[in-house]
Amino acid sequence: MSEQTSFTIEQFYKHILQGKLLAAKCQRCGKLHLPPRPLCDNCFSKEFKWVELSNKGKLLTYTVIHVAPTQFQGMAPYAVGIIELEDGVRIPGMIRGVAPEQVKVGMSLVMDFGTCAATPQWPQWPRYYFKPL
Amino acid sequence: MKGKPLVSIVSAGLSKFGKLDGLYAREIFAEAAKEAFERCPKLDPKKDIRALFVGHMGESYEHQGHTGATAADWAGLLNVPATRTEAACASSGAALRAAIYAVLSGLCDVVMVGGVEKMTHRTTAEVTEYLAMASDYPFEQWHGITFPGLFALMATAHMHKYGTTEKQLAAVAVKNHYHGSLNPKAHVQKEITLENALSSRVIAWPLKLYDCSLITDGASCLILTKPELARKYTDMPIHIVGSGQASDTIGMYERRDYTSLTAAKKAAKMAYEMAGTKPEDVDVAEVHDCFTIAEIIAYEDLGFCKAGEGGNSVDNGETKLGGRIPVNTSGGLKSKGHPVGATGTAQAYEMYLQLTGQAEKRQVKNAKVGLTHNVGGSGATAAVHIYRSE
Repeated sequence: MSEQTSFTIEQFYKHILQGKLLAAKCQRCGKLHLPPRPLCDNCFSKEFKWVELSNKGKLLTYTVIHVAPTQFQGMAPYAVGIIELEDGVRIPGMIRGVAPEQVKVGMSLVMDFGTCAATPQWPQWPRYYFKPL
Repeated sequence: MKGKPLVSIVSAGLSKFGKLDGLYAREIFAEAAKEAFERCPKLDPKKDIRALFVGHMGESYEHQGHTGATAADWAGLLNVPATRTEAACASSGAALRAAIYAVLSGLCDVVMVGGVEKMTHRTTAEVTEYLAMASDYPFEQWHGITFPGLFALMATAHMHKYGTTEKQLAAVAVKNHYHGSLNPKAHVQKEITLENALSSRVIAWPLKLYDCSLITDGASCLILTKPELARKYTDMPIHIVGSGQASDTIGMYERRDYTSLTAAKKAAKMAYEMAGTKPEDVDVAEVHDCFTIAEIIAYEDLGFCKAGEGGNSVDNGETKLGGRIPVNTSGGLKSKGHPVGATGTAQAYEMYLQLTGQAEKRQVKNAKVGLTHNVGGSGATAAVHIYRSE
């Protein structure tokens, strides 16, 4: 991984498009940043290194969205939750491959990049999602 | 300066809350300003008011930004320094804090602070989209999490950790609708039953329609001055004795705990310490019940009960009129309504009525100490203020 890439949200999603889940590790204090950021909020360092994370984690909390924003209306009702990855960082995402009523706090999930595609207009980010392990 | 008044409120105004068809935000703000001026005949607004701070969240609603100058213009305060503050649903809670800075700095003897939002002319889909802007875009909105969805994530976590029930959430709505039925300015002045609430349609499980606050038009304002000048303007001032404000991660997912709002706890601690008060000293409170779970979490964050016991507090009637500590006597965001930019100072307006004995059917007897708790977004901003009667 190029050390020249900037530690931005844009770059995070470029990695997702390549099927890679990468976080930025602060080279001074060791804090793992997901999403990456250009200034460590813990020690104010600007030195980071990309590290690949495990794409497995546990579901901390979730909801089932029935009234959805316009672009998601075709998918409702859908489950979304916050997942704690094995490395300890947390990330939200949609939960697919399981009926919304079968979703449970604590269940093991894995991030899937299979259907990742960038959107045609800004922000041109892909969407990862989670499915049962 | 512990417990000493920071500033005094010498007047307050509130527009009718509801679906105000045909009115523009600036016109609704003028209605609130008019009440504040009428309540305070000794005040010469043009001469005395030295600054205006206005909370306003969204320029999308009316395609209109620059709300500070607009509100000053329509309130008859042309040429005063006028500034809009934006902190999502805590926009006017933050404006109140800014107004306190202005008075305490010595730069302004008298300031007006308020807030406004005109929302009901937009479709629910549009309002949903505008409100979502208060949350993180790249990881929350982008993955289909709505604003009710964020509070639903907190509700699930609270239910899982403490056993809080959907029925307890519904009980918050029933209580606040009862209070709202006693408030002639509330958007919905109608009582509801537990069955109504529990059988309403799901918005973001476990939250249903009656767990959500209303989409409302409205405006609110206060006139603040230095405590030593208060008697010049009124015989019935109330005092702000504690002010706290804090922020947190914009992405809710980055926080360690989803059953509590750190910003609210920190703001409360700051305000209690400044006021020299404790939670048990509070006689009446307005808390940010944007969703029913938010009121339960507010009880716990403000120290009205222990963590995990918020659901029981509402079940036991402790926070209903006549209870140990009545909460949201105005009807709250749930029944009075939630014109987001107006909410923070609308909460302070209720404290003004309660602590001056003007709350009529919903008056809390012998109320001397009041508290307001105003939250922006999923808790990235919180403002807490403590009030005391003369």
